[in-house]
Amino acid sequence: MSERGECPAGAPSRDGHVLRPEPPERAGGARGPRASERAERERRPGRPGAAVRAEPVLRVSDLDVTFGSGTGAVRAVRGVSYEVRPGEVLGIVGESGSGKSVTSLAVMGLLPPHARVTGSVRLTGHEILGAPEKTLAAFRGKTISMVFQDPLSALTPVYRVGDQIAEAVRIHRRVSGEQAARRAVDLLDLVGIPDPARRARAFPHEFSGGMRQRVMIAMAIANDPDVIICDEPTTALDVTIQAQVLEVLKRARRETGAAIVMITHDLGVVAGIADRVLVMYAGRAVEVGPVDEVYYRSRMPYTLGLLGSIPRLDVGGRRPLVPIGGNPPSPAALPPGCPFEPRCPMAVPRCAEAEPPLEEVDAPGHLAACVRAGEIEAGGSPPARVQRAETGGRTAGPAAAPERPARPARDGREVVLAVKDLVKHHPLMKGTLFRRRVGTVRAVDGVSFDVREGETLGLVGESGCGKTTALMEILELARPQGGTITVLGRDTSALGARERMAVRRDMQVVFQDPLASLDPRMTVYDILAEPLRTHGTGDPGPRIRDLLRLVGLDPGHAARYPQDFSGGQRQRVGIARALALEPRLVVLDEPVSALDVSIQAGVINLLEGLKSRLGLSYLFVAHDLAVVRHIADRVAVMYLGRIAETGPVDRVYDSPAHPYTRALLSAIPLPDPERERARRRVLLEGDLPSPADPPSGCRFRTRCPLFKTLDESGRRRCADEEPQVRPFGEDHGVSCHFAERLNVV
Amino acid sequence: MTITDEELAEQRAGLDAVRVPSRLRVVAGRFFASSQGRAGFALLALMFLLAFAGPCLGRWSYTDKDFTAFLRAPSAEHWWGTLQTGADVYAVTLRGMRRSLVVGLLAAVVGTALAAVVGAFAGYFLGWTDRALTWVTDLLLVLPAFLVLAIMSPLFAGGQWPLFVLVLALFLWMVTSKIVRSMTVSLKEREFIQAARFMGVPPVKIIFRHVIPNMSSLLVVDATLNVSAAILTETSLSYFGFGIQPPDVSLGSLIADGAKTAVYAPWTFWFCAGLLIVTVLAVNLVGDSLRDAFDPTARKGRQ
Ligand code: SF4
Ligand code: SF4
Repeated sequence: MSERGECPAGAPSRDGHVLRPEPPERAGGARGPRASERAERERRPGRPGAAVRAEPVLRVSDLDVTFGSGTGAVRAVRGVSYEVRPGEVLGIVGESGSGKSVTSLAVMGLLPPHARVTGSVRLTGHEILGAPEKTLAAFRGKTISMVFQDPLSALTPVYRVGDQIAEAVRIHRRVSGEQAARRAVDLLDLVGIPDPARRARAFPHEFSGGMRQRVMIAMAIANDPDVIICDEPTTALDVTIQAQVLEVLKRARRETGAAIVMITHDLGVVAGIADRVLVMYAGRAVEVGPVDEVYYRSRMPYTLGLLGSIPRLDVGGRRPLVPIGGNPPSPAALPPGCPFEPRCPMAVPRCAEAEPPLEEVDAPGHLAACVRAGEIEAGGSPPARVQRAETGGRTAGPAAAPERPARPARDGREVVLAVKDLVKHHPLMKGTLFRRRVGTVRAVDGVSFDVREGETLGLVGESGCGKTTALMEILELARPQGGTITVLGRDTSALGARERMAVRRDMQVVFQDPLASLDPRMTVYDILAEPLRTHGTGDPGPRIRDLLRLVGLDPGHAARYPQDFSGGQRQRVGIARALALEPRLVVLDEPVSALDVSIQAGVINLLEGLKSRLGLSYLFVAHDLAVVRHIADRVAVMYLGRIAETGPVDRVYDSPAHPYTRALLSAIPLPDPERERARRRVLLEGDLPSPADPPSGCRFRTRCPLFKTLDESGRRRCADEEPQVRPFGEDHGVSCHFAERLNVV
Repeated sequence: MTITDEELAEQRAGLDAVRVPSRLRVVAGRFFASSQGRAGFALLALMFLLAFAGPCLGRWSYTDKDFTAFLRAPSAEHWWGTLQTGADVYAVTLRGMRRSLVVGLLAAVVGTALAAVVGAFAGYFLGWTDRALTWVTDLLLVLPAFLVLAIMSPLFAGGQWPLFVLVLALFLWMVTSKIVRSMTVSLKEREFIQAARFMGVPPVKIIFRHVIPNMSSLLVVDATLNVSAAILTETSLSYFGFGIQPPDVSLGSLIADGAKTAVYAPWTFWFCAGLLIVTVLAVNLVGDSLRDAFDPTARKGRQ
């Protein structure tokens, strides 16, 4: 937990008088918490105990939001109720389109005027729904504040960061400009911005994404609000930065005693930070309860399905994921009964009759909207089993990945892709009128890895680590700036036009965003026919039908356009296109990161199944380490244009040797509240250094936790000598002078 | 994202046979499915019919002069009246429309096509191709088009109107081509273009298969505007005595002449002006529906 974890960047000195250190006075309200809640609370140290007994600061009841009217009306939120108490963190989870963000915007009164909002939102006892704008403005920022996903659009680009925070302070308080500016610096210090006095004079664009999010948090807590609503605050951030920001949020809650409503799609984030969880589906709350209850004793098939469909970072071996079949219903055309009924593996005829109400199940405070909630065995049954036992052949898509067949040893298999000492530098230009080169971005700086036949190599790293650049270099099939790329035994620097065509045929790519990678002006038929026609293979018709079947789509849909499909189906089209020419190597660039979890699982299973059926090799580029653990055989971790660690997945994940791999793995939240609480985070300091000016010696030196513990001579070695990837046991390489094994997950 | 029942039924019927109409068929089908498209097309077809078959019905040819009737109002003899020269308004107007329709449509299509190709090539290949093409574009932009056309006008006499069309088109494309170029530069980064590239599709094919179709909305709108622009440029050129040379006539030269007598002999002006307006309207209708037909995302807009 936060209280025990190390502090993030530039651990600021905490001035008690800056912010109210003591829990808020109003915390002493109504008594008598439910026994289970108290027990729950007592197991979790560091929680302000008084908070539990307090009156809710925010109480939302029967919230309804409708856009449009008549037949085209879209009920985005339908009868959502929740409450949060001081110091409590409520996690609202749901997939895109579940109405979770609209709920919070409605609470803040930020919906456009054509949205019809009914119900009640009581903030510290005052009804704010439908209150005049003036009243709302008085509450906003002072009593309730919000942290958005995209901090850049929430900050005004032309004002200095410090001034913006000072402004936020002065709106609600009568203080002098100087006092406000001082407070702004204190707040920046609190959220862990190094050298706050100087950084307060910077403009938003001079901050990195993580730093901007800290600034947003500083603004949100500027007036000691009672409630902070965070809408996907870490979704746009890298995992190590996400861990820092979550830590800052926990600290903000501690310092202000505010209640936090955390809206996210990431079940791991919720498990780590929330006290209670509300699961939303199709605009409704379908399950609410204390975090442990919901995660370990889910009573709603949708929650079970969600938990079963996420790949786990901490589970080795190949547990096939259990996707939820179908797609979320369109909010304009909801089924009459339970909205989950068309996808629910446990559905009975009764479900389609009427929408089940949200009712308390055995544990107090645990509510679920399912007619069969009582039947779902309390505890003890892992979500996957329940889901599968009850499925009765209703899961969509091809069956889960079969056990992998025995294969010849790695050394005996052919190398399909070999990258050796790959270098890619971009010139860094400056000036608009006279462009001149001011430096070099060393995007990829000596990277080596290989992929053998029938295996999946996961290339992972945070944004800016050079993984995408490396991938593009491979796909270009041109002579690299430095090093060699050998695809299927052919060196790309010596390829003739005809050979290049032949290699293109054997190496295909699947992109991240399926909508962007399919030409919107073409039918699926034409999209799939393109590779076939380009490489001149007769009538594409029959092949296209087979391909669509292969990826679990209906061949009758060939005449549709990509935008007629859902995200998961589109990605299946993308995969079908990549497979059209029966390639041997498929390069996958973040193929599932644009998809919702329940959909993602189906696509991952499809990829796994296809690989073993067609004998493909994958180069899988991703930032999601859990997905990589699930699908890859081997993994290469990149940091700032270099390989930090490479080896078989289970080995790297279970006993990472490089300090960066360790930090990365420990930063990923697990969808498992108990383990999440018990974990020790290795928090990295600061941001990724600029690849235009990497640190001397080891590039990870500036953030390396191990470096700090070294003595003088060790540090000098890190700073002077660039570590090369050295063997660390069988098929495992680490580029650190002082690597050692350690378990983190 | 919703699919109509009709389409669903269609898909169910052909569940197994993957039979997909070509892009041309799809566009044509969607075009004629909209009432606006049908109306525009019918109107335009009517104009063509009038321009090409109409003169056969009249008693007079456009070169004839009736020396017994100068500037007469419409009558049984001269359906739309006569001009000051004694020429039959019906005959000359239709003759003029024939020229204007052909000149306007051809110049617009050629101009837009040129814009698309030059812009797309410049934007896709960048480097030297781009520099050379941009240089040419800029050169043509700074050349005074009107002056060049005026100087070249003697060449257009004697039935050389196709040359006129070409020269007209040559001055219509530059601005659009610059827009197309910058759109191509950003389109090139889109993943579906990358995907085609990594598939081994040759660049020229990528330009014609992916880049240009994805700008069809812009291009169709541009072509529509160009039709009016071409007709009007031709009109103003003819007004000054350049452009279409007598004895050939165009709507432009007729309007120019008719404007002088419009007040006391409205028939000399209103018939040709009216036809010009109807033509431009028809072209706009066709253009609008064509734009929607090209764009599969525009489906929801029209019901
Ligand atoms: S009510 Fe029925 S359909 Fe809905 S979640 Fe429960 S079992 Fe499934
Ligand atoms: S070489 Fe030094 S700085 Fe680099 S990772 Fe190892 S210990 Fe850290």
